[in-house]
Amino acid sequence: MNTDVSARNTKVMNRFDVTSRLITKLKHEEAVIGGIGNTNFDLWAAGHRPQNFYMLGSMGLAFPIALGVALAQPERRVFALEGDGSLLMQLGALSTIATLKPENLTMIVMDNGIYQITGAQPTPAANVADIVAIAIGSGLANSAWAADEEDFERLVEEALAAREPRLIAVRIDDKPGVGTTRRDPVQIRELFMHGLGVREPL
Amino acid sequence: MAVAEQQTSRQPTQESGGRSWHTIVLQTLKRNEISLIPYVPDRVLTPLIKNLHADPFFTTFATAREEEAVGIVSGAWMGGRRGAVLMQTSGFATLANVLASLAVPYQIPLIMFVSERGTLGEFNYGQSLVCRTMRPVLDSLALEHHTITRLDELEFIADRSIKQAVTTQAPVALILNPLLTGGKVFDK
Repeated sequence: MNTDVSARNTKVMNRFDVTSRLITKLKHEEAVIGGIGNTNFDLWAAGHRPQNFYMLGSMGLAFPIALGVALAQPERRVFALEGDGSLLMQLGALSTIATLKPENLTMIVMDNGIYQITGAQPTPAANVADIVAIAIGSGLANSAWAADEEDFERLVEEALAAREPRLIAVRIDDKPGVGTTRRDPVQIRELFMHGLGVREPL
Repeated sequence: MAVAEQQTSRQPTQESGGRSWHTIVLQTLKRNEISLIPYVPDRVLTPLIKNLHADPFFTTFATAREEEAVGIVSGAWMGGRRGAVLMQTSGFATLANVLASLAVPYQIPLIMFVSERGTLGEFNYGQSLVCRTMRPVLDSLALEHHTITRLDELEFIADRSIKQAVTTQAPVALILNPLLTGGKVFDK
């Protein structure tokens, strides 16, 4: 394996653009979990959907939360958006997901190598680690870098018909999120449960 | 484990129909339709974990960290499936952030069973210190918690607490004291 991360041939994309492309592909009330910070800001900015959940803390738990949704509703496709820094906080979750093999779960990692929101400090993994290699090593065989936007859309299409969990890693630029999620955790949770058909509004 | 079982057996059994603490916990989970059980293991919890794995009603699996398990049952709750997290005292000590940023503000009925180490015969100084952080953290967030010491009170406390967590949409910690489980004692 080529471990020289600076020599990657993957295109540097933009988080909001990639997120918007994902949302455009979702036609069947798929659930989307947005990780802490920019990841859910761009999910919010891409246009609120009733099946979106926005994290306001608990860094690193986008994939575990999405796993819980996927286990609760095996007929619904579940996508999770996570940053590389967040994922580094909870790498063990990849093995948990690989063990449980939820066929309806797709993980998307937005990798810019920095903690953008705190001042763009590089992550400890930035120049040495490969997210997809970590995911494969954790047991998620269906993990791939998106080469460019077109390739990302192809990987999403594949994921929508997948029979096992998938991870898509996207190299992104250092731009901040383009929106700001309304920070109302009770409403976020309640509306998400309505969107998943678990509850009816009062 | 033999020690724990032995000490458990000295508890009064007539009020509980001869059932062990772990049988009562399993049956109480099932009666309340709690079927998703992520855990980080603990010696004392071993018979409960073994029986949960053996019962197809439950989806029982280990996670790498306790907060990961909290994330999983939180997602499952929002998707309409009930879960509970099993851990030991030191695992609870890793949860302050996820309690304060996910379970409490999003009003998620997070059900936690904590096997209590660090007291009543602890042999590891670090465990006894970490145990002292548990109730202050729970109290600082005004979280409901009960320390269960008696076999004849276990079912009432666990069943009522689970129902209260669900109906009030608030987390609860059920602390399984060595008086109930026998705890873990110095053997090697």
